[in-house]
Amino acid sequence: MSPRFCLEVAGPFACFTRPEMKVERVSYDVMTPSAARAVFESILWKPAIRWRVQRIEVLKPIRFINLRRNEVSAVVSTRNVQQAMAAGSGTLGLTIEDERQQRAGYFLRDVAYRIHADLSLAPGCAEPLMKYTEMFTRRASKGQCVNQPYLGCREFAADFRLVTADAPPATPIPDTRELGWMLHDLDFTRPADPQPRFFNAMMERGVVQVPPFEEARG
Amino acid sequence: MSLAHRYDFVLIFDVKDGNPNGDPDAGNLPRLDAESGHGLVTDVSLKRKVRNFVGLVKDQAERAPVDGEKRFEIYVREKAILNHQNQRAYSALNLASAPEEQAQVATENEVTDAKKKKPAKEKRKGSADEVALARQWMCQNFFDVRTFGAVMSIGVNCGQVRGPVQLTFARSVEPIVALEHSITRMAVATEGEAEKQQGDNRTMGRKHTVPYGVYVAHGFVSSFLAKQTGFGADDLELLWQALGQMFEHDRSAARGQMATRGLYVFQHDSELGNAPAHALFERLQVAPKTPGEVARGFDAYGVAFDGQGLAVGAEVQAAPGVKLRRVC
Repeated sequence: MSPRFCLEVAGPFACFTRPEMKVERVSYDVMTPSAARAVFESILWKPAIRWRVQRIEVLKPIRFINLRRNEVSAVVSTRNVQQAMAAGSGTLGLTIEDERQQRAGYFLRDVAYRIHADLSLAPGCAEPLMKYTEMFTRRASKGQCVNQPYLGCREFAADFRLVTADAPPATPIPDTRELGWMLHDLDFTRPADPQPRFFNAMMERGVVQVPPFEEARG
Repeated sequence: MSLAHRYDFVLIFDVKDGNPNGDPDAGNLPRLDAESGHGLVTDVSLKRKVRNFVGLVKDQAERAPVDGEKRFEIYVREKAILNHQNQRAYSALNLASAPEEQAQVATENEVTDAKKKKPAKEKRKGSADEVALARQWMCQNFFDVRTFGAVMSIGVNCGQVRGPVQLTFARSVEPIVALEHSITRMAVATEGEAEKQQGDNRTMGRKHTVPYGVYVAHGFVSSFLAKQTGFGADDLELLWQALGQMFEHDRSAARGQMATRGLYVFQHDSELGNAPAHALFERLQVAPKTPGEVARGFDAYGVAFDGQGLAVGAEVQAAPGVKLRRVC
């Protein structure tokens, strides 16, 4: 059996953007498996290992905040680029203020999750799994990471804490609700063109069970 | 020189009679967490000031860096076209954008719809080597690209860069009060306006301020990502300087008086870090000296690490393998 790890992540904001509403970002109600995987990977990842998110426990009530920011739209006239290409360099015709886009975001606030994931070796890897489980335990318990994990977007940095087997169990929120179709993860078998896969997420008493990626639908 | 440590930092700044960051959704009122009443300043607002500061103090001449030279141009600046900058990367490296791509540009020019689809297609063009070279060139030339990263896969492909510096939203220590001031002006802009007022020529405007607020933002520097973008020790020093002085060069009618009141940097001995960031941040307390009293100056606040104040430049051992330095 592959070893399972649990991390508790928390932060003041989070945005797990729904792909169908990504222009004005709207977050899913709950952390997506792909975002949870990225948290584990920001602590330890090697080409030899795979993280599989099994379960997400929601520890704080689902609440939202609305925020609008100035962003860059940057759809640049191809004609201008052509001219610049011909000249090798070129004068600038537009200002960044003209390329401005105001986008609202519907973010989660005050979130905390316990995320559970299995660590397994990539096919064809001959190294002992123990090496990686030890590495991960060591790093996570000391608060070490390759880059600070975040909750969906980089500005929403996450606090993380390794939850050991003897730690008291979490108390997820008592909500039970259908979350609908939710992004599971992206299929990177063709790296140039990753395809999303979805699963029918159900939160039962604050716990979302994540089915294996193979069962998720494209 | 590349970074050999992980850094976590806390930026403390205050505002007096100004609007630190307007909310476009709320008629430019100071950003407010409606539930708790705390003020917010977005990460992008702070990054903009860092960029502006570096743009001021460093040479911004548009030229390619000579071999081995690191330049400090700002990519996302005012009066710039992103795609054009990307193109310069290609020109500088003499990478011919694929000829068929150019032809495509020409033929699809008239079709407005194609504009939307084309970047996605172009994104996948260009060999991996060319993209890597262009990305490297961009990092070498642009301070903000190697610091914050940039998505440059628009149009001409330069790939994506994830920067080592990660900033969070700043939040005020205490709930803020947003004041609204009505102001008048004694002139009008157009003839029509004057006629409407029968020559009175007085209009009213509105200004929003926070009488006083202390804000705290957290940030992180990953040495692993720094290696990928070439972000070095000198860049880090410039970042600290920018965070310390950026408000001094951002004076405007709207801002009132803003100033950096503290920059506390946790330096971890190891690259991975020696302590969880949140555990360190929690020990740095920014709090009003007399709770409940109306604060109108930074004097009313105290900053203490484990109950102990730090002078500028002071250094303490925060945890095994973690040094805390107050940079400014």
